[in-house]
Amino acid sequence: MLRLALKMLFGDRAKYAMLVCGLSFCALLMSQQTSVFCGLLLWTTATVRNIRVPIWVADAKVEQVNEVVTMREVEVQRVRSVPGVDWAVPLFWSILQARLPDGTFQGVQLTGLDSASLVGRPAKMLEGRIEDLQLPNAVIVDQVAIEKFAKRGIRLHVGTVFEINDKEARVVGICETERSFLGQPYVFTTYSRALQYAPLQRKLLSFILVHPKKGTPVPELVHRISTLGGLRAFSSDQFAWDTLIWYVRNTGIPISFGTVVILGIVVGIAIAGQTFYLFVHENMRYLAALKAMGAGFSVLAKMVVLQAFTVGFIGYGLGVGLAALFGNAVLRKGQPPFYMPWQILAFTGVVIILICLFSALVGLIKIARTEAAMVFK
Amino acid sequence: MSTPPSMDYAVKTTALGKTYGKGDNVVQALKAVDFEARCGELLMIVGPSGCGKTTLLSVICGTLHYDTGSVSVFGQDLARLSSGKLTAFRGKNVGFVFQQFNLIPTWTALENVTVPMLLNGSSRASAETAASALLKEVGIGDKLNALPSELSGGQQQRVAIARALVHEPRLLICDEPTAALDAASGKKVLQLLKERACRPDRGVIVVTHDSRIFPFADRIAEMEDGQIKAMHGPGECQSLYV
Repeated sequence: MLRLALKMLFGDRAKYAMLVCGLSFCALLMSQQTSVFCGLLLWTTATVRNIRVPIWVADAKVEQVNEVVTMREVEVQRVRSVPGVDWAVPLFWSILQARLPDGTFQGVQLTGLDSASLVGRPAKMLEGRIEDLQLPNAVIVDQVAIEKFAKRGIRLHVGTVFEINDKEARVVGICETERSFLGQPYVFTTYSRALQYAPLQRKLLSFILVHPKKGTPVPELVHRISTLGGLRAFSSDQFAWDTLIWYVRNTGIPISFGTVVILGIVVGIAIAGQTFYLFVHENMRYLAALKAMGAGFSVLAKMVVLQAFTVGFIGYGLGVGLAALFGNAVLRKGQPPFYMPWQILAFTGVVIILICLFSALVGLIKIARTEAAMVFK
Repeated sequence: MSTPPSMDYAVKTTALGKTYGKGDNVVQALKAVDFEARCGELLMIVGPSGCGKTTLLSVICGTLHYDTGSVSVFGQDLARLSSGKLTAFRGKNVGFVFQQFNLIPTWTALENVTVPMLLNGSSRASAETAASALLKEVGIGDKLNALPSELSGGQQQRVAIARALVHEPRLLICDEPTAALDAASGKKVLQLLKERACRPDRGVIVVTHDSRIFPFADRIAEMEDGQIKAMHGPGECQSLYV
């Protein structure tokens, strides 16, 4: 009977297509929007992954990585004095305006690395050498800078010169970084040169990057540094999570994406529920005939549930498949953000299952209320 | 040629009553109906629209609850069966031929006919073997894989008859089996019913408006206003045809 139930479903092509389209659209909207949301949140923590150190130290008021409260440089020495610290180096990070060769401006994330060790250097160089940062006025730009400059007709390459705060910056290398939420390209230089580019302030140190000695657990060292007073230490994971949570709590991003996801669920329920109800309603005469011929409620329930879950499974597959295709396409371009962990697939699957259960329930209520005698009317 | 009816009862009702609606809108569809259908006979129930034929048929086959009296099918009091057991009893012992055929449009003729056997727990292979043989018997062996929409009305009703008989039920219930057919097809269907369905151990009840098929009946119960007005014996059926 279950095989015949599927044939009954596939035979009504219009409703079958409508059900699959509705559920596919719902699954697509949910998985695509939540993936863009997750991708966007992931972008907020790009700096943590681009710098790649186990412990970050910032001013005690700092809550997330894209927020800088500058510190005195002496804080580096304080941190170095903490037992268990292998090394601690300064990091400058700020958004500054770069003046391009055509006279226009472009915001950049100026990242000043410790001059001696170049800790926090980009993981992948596309062109040039990281060591060339020691050359006069040298900067390394990322692939985002290439794109941004290209939009203004400027072909950025090794040797291109532009200005940051009226000071010359000469491109000696091009690197690949994870794109950040702020959208501006990363421009790497040495810490000392970054201070020259930066507008004059009393305090200029953004972060202190720390590595623990072998055998010193990261959480313990984080705790020790945090007890120094005036400073707050984060493990890189914790800093990333704190940043994510900060954006969730302090921006309208979750509400706007959540609204679209809820809309997707509502549309899915409306289309799938209504179409499935119509499907059952139009087949009621035949279901009643089956009831009269001895099909118990459990047999009919199995048939209806199988039909609902079949369209759900196909709709889910098509929806998340389309979302994955979208992701594949945008990841090649680099934007919009897209990150689809298994939790999104599971979440979408659970919602589709709930929609199918709802749809099946609507049909089952209709079947339960129908007397087999209606077949004679 | 039909088999002579026995005096064993396929169906027996006693003071059967059924009402619809409440308060001022109460309609008494069946008024203390005493009625019996014998094994081996083809009994027709006739009467004007709204006289209670369909209600009587629905109650007899256990698809509609009744209010008063009793219904016994092959000695089984239907009131003593739980809902699940009643469904199982119906599935095993009752075959249906409906006015609008009620063949599932997306299933082939063969698949439609297998349904009662599948519902009774038969395997797909054995159900298909039996269904195929029966479809050949009723003359549409070449249409096994045709969808109902590809069949004429007469052919669809043959499929429906095959579906009603495939699991060897003891009671065959036919609701206006010729209403959707032309005269020639209607007669062929009744001939088929008479040949294939009427057996000494089986009862056949046909509700109809179609006086052209009265001559096929062994007895005719004439209903009016929720009651059996008259019961016509074998000799009178032919004369009722006008």
